Amino acid sequence: MKLLLLGDEAIALAAIHSGISGVYAYPGTPSTEITEYIQNRQKADPASERIFCKWCTNEKTAMEAALGMSYMGKRALVCMKHVGMNVAADAFVNSAMTGTNGGLVVVAADDPSMHSSQNEQDSRFYGKFAMIPVFEPSSQQEAYDMVRDAFEFSEKRRIPVLLRITTRMAHSRAEVEAREDVLAQKPISYPENPRQWVLLPANSKVRNEQLIKDQVDFENDALNDPRNKFIPGEDKSLAIVTCGIAYNYLMENFPDGVPCGVLKISRYPIPRKLVKTMEAEGINRVIVMEEGQPLIEEMIKGMISSDIQVDGRLTGALPRTGELSPDCVRAAVRLAPHKTFPKDDIVVPKPPALCQGCGHRDMYAALNEVAAEYEHSRVFSDIGCYTLGALPPFRAIHTTVDMGASITMAKGAADAGQFPSFAVIGDSTFTHSGITGLLDCVNSNANVVIIISDNLTTGMTGGQDSAGTGKLESICAGVGVDPAHIRIVVPLPKNMEEIKNTIREEVEYKGVSVVIPRRECIQTFKRHAKEKKK
Amino acid sequence: MKQDIILAGVGGQGILSIATVLGEAALTGGLHIKQAEVHGMSQRGGDVQSNLRISSEPIHSDLIPFGQVDMIMSLEPMEALRYVQELSENGWIVTSSIPFVNINNYPDKEEIYKHLNSLPHVVMLDVEELAKEAGAPAQASNIVLLGAAIPMLGFSFETVRDAVAKVFARKGEEVVAKNIAALEAGYKHSISKQ
Repeated sequence: MKLLLLGDEAIALAAIHSGISGVYAYPGTPSTEITEYIQNRQKADPASERIFCKWCTNEKTAMEAALGMSYMGKRALVCMKHVGMNVAADAFVNSAMTGTNGGLVVVAADDPSMHSSQNEQDSRFYGKFAMIPVFEPSSQQEAYDMVRDAFEFSEKRRIPVLLRITTRMAHSRAEVEAREDVLAQKPISYPENPRQWVLLPANSKVRNEQLIKDQVDFENDALNDPRNKFIPGEDKSLAIVTCGIAYNYLMENFPDGVPCGVLKISRYPIPRKLVKTMEAEGINRVIVMEEGQPLIEEMIKGMISSDIQVDGRLTGALPRTGELSPDCVRAAVRLAPHKTFPKDDIVVPKPPALCQGCGHRDMYAALNEVAAEYEHSRVFSDIGCYTLGALPPFRAIHTTVDMGASITMAKGAADAGQFPSFAVIGDSTFTHSGITGLLDCVNSNANVVIIISDNLTTGMTGGQDSAGTGKLESICAGVGVDPAHIRIVVPLPKNMEEIKNTIREEVEYKGVSVVIPRRECIQTFKRHAKEKKK
Repeated sequence: MKQDIILAGVGGQGILSIATVLGEAALTGGLHIKQAEVHGMSQRGGDVQSNLRISSEPIHSDLIPFGQVDMIMSLEPMEALRYVQELSENGWIVTSSIPFVNINNYPDKEEIYKHLNSLPHVVMLDVEELAKEAGAPAQASNIVLLGAAIPMLGFSFETVRDAVAKVFARKGEEVVAKNIAALEAGYKHSISKQ
């Protein structure tokens, strides 16, 4: 059956068809729709076999839970955005050491050009680093097909698989032909090799040797994968190496076929023998076109003769940063640009902004006024809708780094003598990575005011459940914040004086204060009102 | 058949519904489709666009190359101009004339019209007024715009009408009827200008 699916949805459907028993994820653009698709399918079809699909607190808890499901012999999918890989890294890297029992596929959705992220790190490096094979589809159909292959491979070789996609693949729709042979979930079975799941040094040393040996098999498997291929061309002096959606941009520019050889990499480790096939053509130049950072460009130099010139992002043949496009690929192969109209300078940017009626607005309005009463206020903020508080009209925050860094940076600044030192963090980000930082604050009685702007949801990614809803005060008190300094306010214009006074009082208190402005996200509020009407 | 379309507007105006209808029309006609959307941070009140590609041949790239866009369909006049350097020399702009002003430095409306009218193939229409005249709610303005684009799209009115009926079917007969009225209003406006 042919369906029109986003890349994310194709992956989700393939995972369901591969018989997963659980999907584990924390929302993050551009990966969110994978988990949402599975949740919606489960809701729409209550008679279907149950798949665990509740949101996790963060990417590390997601990765570990999925490893637990794999230990039990069942298939599990983990999804995250690229920076989520940093959070899950400890579990991810060590999952190569334990290996898998049931198939385990980790989807990392990279965001080159940073449409919705703070950096453009390339997850393929995590695969190489952890010695975990990486699959990289170049179309929605390939994404669908690869997921099934990845689960089978994961079980055959007892290793997790990293499926790497990028924004354009995740958020682009295309026709996908789904398979008829849908697999049922697997029964419970315990690992045949229980020792390697206990990563004591004595066990790890044995396992590490095995993992190194397995790399030969992984590379051979990649060589025998028909999606890794060399397509010879008429021009024997040049070859182009592509992977992921860069392949599509190349083909777009040569509708009648590429005049030189094309090496398409869809799976890593890069099969050296295939690279040698390309070299045997007698080429003297290679252009590497890859979405992300120059991984293949760097690696391939060690695989071919040093007489062959290797061009790509490092040499300026393609832009060093940002996502690729059909146009920059066109320039790299020296085709003239298509004729068009000049850019119109009357157009002004429309930057994203906090929604009208959003509680974060009232929180920042109050905070800005109180902060201005001190000569050197500093506001350490975090990742979420409220990061938009950096832009006009608020210009309220001084830092945004990674999930949870607001609280710990405010602490470090306070340790250094900063007063007043504010942290602004959302409810979902707080439970994701803020609680441990709060404990550090409590243990050293840091003089900080932590504002947990609670909109009862994970807002920026579209309103997913937030792990701490209804629990924030008890979490803070449980960590050791004095309940007298856990203050709740309702962020509405009519409460402005009360909110400002509350913040003022807590600034003057020498110790850890938590102020929780709490009002539902205006987007989820509208959605809930609509659902009620029905 | 090949139609490379940029759908433009501001978050929440309904460009993705246009994409859904055209996707339905294309699938019914056995055509290939690719449609790249914008999600996440860039959605919050900012400009949004979607690259919609429809073709009788397999489509490679999810993004349309610069200079290859056959049509910019925009629910906001300045947003239509934002992508003009992607439009092919023979390409069309079909746009709403109603500015969506949520920034202080929004340019003078008349200047924007002047820039639009200096381009060779432009259809500009008051989609909200046309929706009203057709007895459809303002939310159906996007479907008015789609109707106005039909003569340049290579689809028959009937094909798009059937796709509208299918996409809105789950919302009930009344919603379907109003959207078809909106589609027809846009279509008739466009025909009368040619």
